[in-house]
This record gives sequence, structure tokens and C-alpha cells, in this order.
Amino acid sequence: MILKGRVWKFGDDISTDLIAPGRYFHLRSNLDEFVKHVLEDANPDFAGRVKPGDFVVGGKNFGLGSSREHAPLLIKMAGVSAVVAKSVARIFFRNAINIGLPVLICDTDPLPDGALLEADLANGQLQVLPKGRRIEFSPLPDVMLRILQDGGLVDHIKKNKGFGLADQGGDVR
Amino acid sequence: MAETLVKGIIEKKAGRTVEAGEIVVVDVDLCYLQDGTGPLTVRQVEKLGADRLVDPERVAVFIDHASPSCHKSLSNDHVTLRDFTRKTGARLYDVGDGVCHQVACEELVKPGQIVIGADSHTCMGGALGALATGMGSTDVAVIMAHGKTWLRVPETLRIHLSGSFKDWVGAKDLILHLIGQIGADGATYRALEFCGTGVTNLTMEDRLTIANMAVECGAKAGLFPSDDTTREYLKSLGREGDYSPVPSGDGPADEEMEIDLGSLEPTVSLPHTVDNTKPVGEVLGLPIQQVVVGTCTNGREGDLALLAKFLRGKKVHPNTRLLIIPASRRVYLNALKEGTMEVLIRAGAAIISPTCGPCMGVHAGILGDGERCLSTQNRNFKGRMGNPESEIYLASPAVAAATALRGCIADPREVL
Ligand code: SF4
Repeated sequence: MILKGRVWKFGDDISTDLIAPGRYFHLRSNLDEFVKHVLEDANPDFAGRVKPGDFVVGGKNFGLGSSREHAPLLIKMAGVSAVVAKSVARIFFRNAINIGLPVLICDTDPLPDGALLEADLANGQLQVLPKGRRIEFSPLPDVMLRILQDGGLVDHIKKNKGFGLADQGGDVR
Repeated sequence: MAETLVKGIIEKKAGRTVEAGEIVVVDVDLCYLQDGTGPLTVRQVEKLGADRLVDPERVAVFIDHASPSCHKSLSNDHVTLRDFTRKTGARLYDVGDGVCHQVACEELVKPGQIVIGADSHTCMGGALGALATGMGSTDVAVIMAHGKTWLRVPETLRIHLSGSFKDWVGAKDLILHLIGQIGADGATYRALEFCGTGVTNLTMEDRLTIANMAVECGAKAGLFPSDDTTREYLKSLGREGDYSPVPSGDGPADEEMEIDLGSLEPTVSLPHTVDNTKPVGEVLGLPIQQVVVGTCTNGREGDLALLAKFLRGKKVHPNTRLLIIPASRRVYLNALKEGTMEVLIRAGAAIISPTCGPCMGVHAGILGDGERCLSTQNRNFKGRMGNPESEIYLASPAVAAATALRGCIADPREVL
């Protein structure tokens, strides 16, 4: 799959409090409103200007903090095609894959804010367009790749009657 | 005995040996959710088409985050959760019962279990020797519907503790110090394992505070062996039958560290990351408008009793307000019985009923623009307490007590 969009550059340690602030807790069951505030405390322009296909590009430890799945969910709802970061906090990583938002781990220093970026998920490559840097990103662990390919955890479980790891007791009742 | 504590727990579950880095599918003994993550979990359970839970006895629902509700949409979320527990038979802990992790450790978590909560600080259960970790709503929905989850067997960062704390230094200083040393991503995807002679000198309350914050350096779990202290704690709760020993690992860990408890100083974490720590001596005198003592990190009987030791017969500084939140109904009752609450109320504290309260910025103590709060909670991210124009400092109950009395960050050793 090929993804294409602009880079929205963020720094290190972008917490779930910056992505989905607790003060909008009352909007958690009204996500169409909540999405208007996604990443607001990190970049107030983001929610209003992000275009379908764009990339959220962070530094290290992206998504640290709470387990709120609303964080990757809002990023996805805003139209973002993938999160690209040097490293991603554990729970955010699982949550993103579970709701079908790709996470690409690589050195993000060579990705300038606003640049047009293309990601080739099958080949594990990022390319700054038209003729910029080419960067390889790390492949996802197999189980996460399968969940992502099935469109998220709910669909993955329904399709495989389990985790698609039946040999390891991953089947379910 | 297994090489590491975490491997021991997983191997017992899986019925075979496992290696770090391997993916395993395991049965989950207990899962829980709260009113922040819960409504989405309920929607995902419906999407999975599960008409019943695999075992409602192993599922607990907590209304603790916006509790009591401060907004009608949150009240409606609470209705959804209550209806869900009625329909499925899952346990419900409602307004006033307390913060999920505290109540789970008091009533539900057992040594050796695998516990998954839809809340990042579920790792607190590691204090009891359980492999407890946080996940999101969808992962927990799958566990509720099917009883299983997948886990990557984590590498272990083993921390050998020796010695005992100096006066007015405690568990919070230890964990803040450790996070400051290794960084907010210092243990990402790994398990922390605490061992050594120092562990015997830690009370269960100390262990709960330490395990609670394992996630603040990225760890999947913060594990203590289950030992005599664990047995005594469970016995004090009338749960001696839930005890089983869980030994420390006896093989090499992926990385080892040593900390002498006697070398630690009162430590403060400065805005806006938990790993931005300094000895209290470097931040003395900074004016603080709100002091919070409570939350799943430091809202237990010992924390409140320590606070009362400082505040007995004194008054909170006029430029500061002091908010106290017992972490559970049991804590609240015990503190009342011990006379702690009266001391605190007379000293000028405001008592909030057991809840997360201001910790995650929904209600009950949101800060004004430019205000500073010193809290015993576990996170100080920008905006965490409901206002990105405010600042949060993290510290122990002793530093909080000294600060409440002086109206500015103070060293407990100079105040008492
Ligand atoms: S007290 Fe704070 S950290 Fe603990 S569960 Fe509640 S919101 Fe989370």
C-alpha cells in the first residue's frame, strides 16, 4: 500500500495528554467534536489544517502516557495516514494498530516539516518527494502486521476466530 | 524458578518455557476498565458480537475518573457502564468506591496472576507479584469477550535495592530518582524487577507507589516478588487465601542496576516530563498555589498519616490550598478511624471523596492560568491537570506536606 501526504512535524515525548487532552473528557463519546481538538496543545493549527493522507511525524517516545485509545483514534479520524516516529510508547503502539492506524518507526530527523512524503508499506520505505531522502522503517512484529492488514483488532479477531496465532493457543471460543 | 520474575509468571501460564521477545497468547485472570476508557470498550465488545462475557467474575468496571460526574455527557457514559455491568454480570465499583488500581489491589489482584486494565497505571498490581499491565479499550474488549490476549515476553531491567530510606525520604523519591536516571523511555517494552535486601525494607504501600510509576519510564510492568510482606498485606485485608509466593528471577536479566535506598534524597519532578527530576534542594522556595495528596500513586493510609504528622496543630499556608483525596473507601475509613482526617481538616485541607479528582484534569481542582501545583500523582505532562497554561510538580507526601505549610516548595527535613 502506498500512502502520500504532508509531514506535520512534532517533537519528542508527545503525550496522550497533548493528543487528546483530559479537559475534553466529556467529548469522548462525541468524537466528531473531540477531533477538532486533536494535538491542539502541541500545535494549535493542526486540527484545522490537516489534510487526508498527511503524516504525523514525531521524535522519540511518541504517545507516552495514558491508555486512552482516543489518542490514535482521533489522529486517524483527522485523516492522518500514518504516525512516523523514532520510537513509540508501548500502549499507544498497540492501540494504534488495534484501530488500524499504521505506525512507522525510523529516524525522523531527515523529514522536514511540510514536506511531501510517500510511504510504501509493503517495502518498508519512506521517500521525501519529489527527489529527497529515502528512509527505511522497521517492519512491524508479525502479529501487529496481521492485525493492521485486517483493518484492526476487532476485524482481525472476527476473521481469524482468534489472534491468527492458533499454533500458540491464539484461537478463541 | 525462572530466569526473571516476569518469565516465571508467563511460563506458568503458558505451560512451557518462553524467551524474551517471543509473542505468546495467554489467558487473562482479571481485566478492568474505568469510565474514561470504558464506554469505548463497551462499544468494541458489541462490535465483536459477543453476547456474553467469557467470565464476568474476572471483569471489573470502575467509575472513578469523573466521579461523581461533572458533565451530563459523562453522566450518560456512567449510565452506559452501569447498564453494561447489569447486563453482563461484571463487577461494578461506583462513585465513592475509589481509584481502580487501589481497589483492584485491595480486593482483586493476586500474586502470579496476569492482569490487564484499560488504564496505563494497571502496572501497580506488580507490587503484589502479578504481571499487571495497561492496554487500550479494544484490547480489553477482546479479553472480556474471549478471555485472552497476546503479549510480547519483555526483557527485564533488574534493580537491586539495598539499605533503607533516610528520614522523610521514601518510595516516591526512589521511583522519581530511577525515572530521572533512565528517562521517560528508559524501560520501554521491558519489565522492571525489584529485588535485593532493600525490598524487605519496603512496605506494601511503598511497593504500590513504585510499581504504579513503572509505566512512566515506559515499562510494561514493575514487578516485586511476592513474599512475607505480601502475605501480611493480604492477611490484613482478610485475603490470606489469595497469597502465593512468586520468587525473584534467579538468572541473568537483560540489564541490572543497583540503588542504595540510603543514598536517596527528597526528589521533585519538574514540568512537563516525569523524568525532569531534581533534588528538592534545587527548587526550594518556588511558590505553589495548590498541593494535592492522593491518587493511585500516593493516596493511601500511610501517605495521609505522614501528612498528618507534619500538619498536626498547624495551618496550611494562606497562599496555598491543600486537596486530599483518599484513594479508596477503605483508605478513607481507616484514615478516619486513625484520626488522620480530623488533623488534616483542622489544618485547613479540603477533603475530596475517593476519585481520581484533579489528577487527569477533568474536575475537582483544575488549575488557573500560570498556577503551579505540587502533587503526589504520577504525571506532570503539559495540560494533564486540565490547563496547559499551568505547571505540575511531582513529589512525595513528605515534600507535599512541607510545601503546604510553607506555601512554596520546601524540604521536609527542614520543616519537621
Ligand atoms: S488517580 Fe490519576 S493516574 Fe491514577 S488512575 Fe486516576 S487518573 Fe490515572
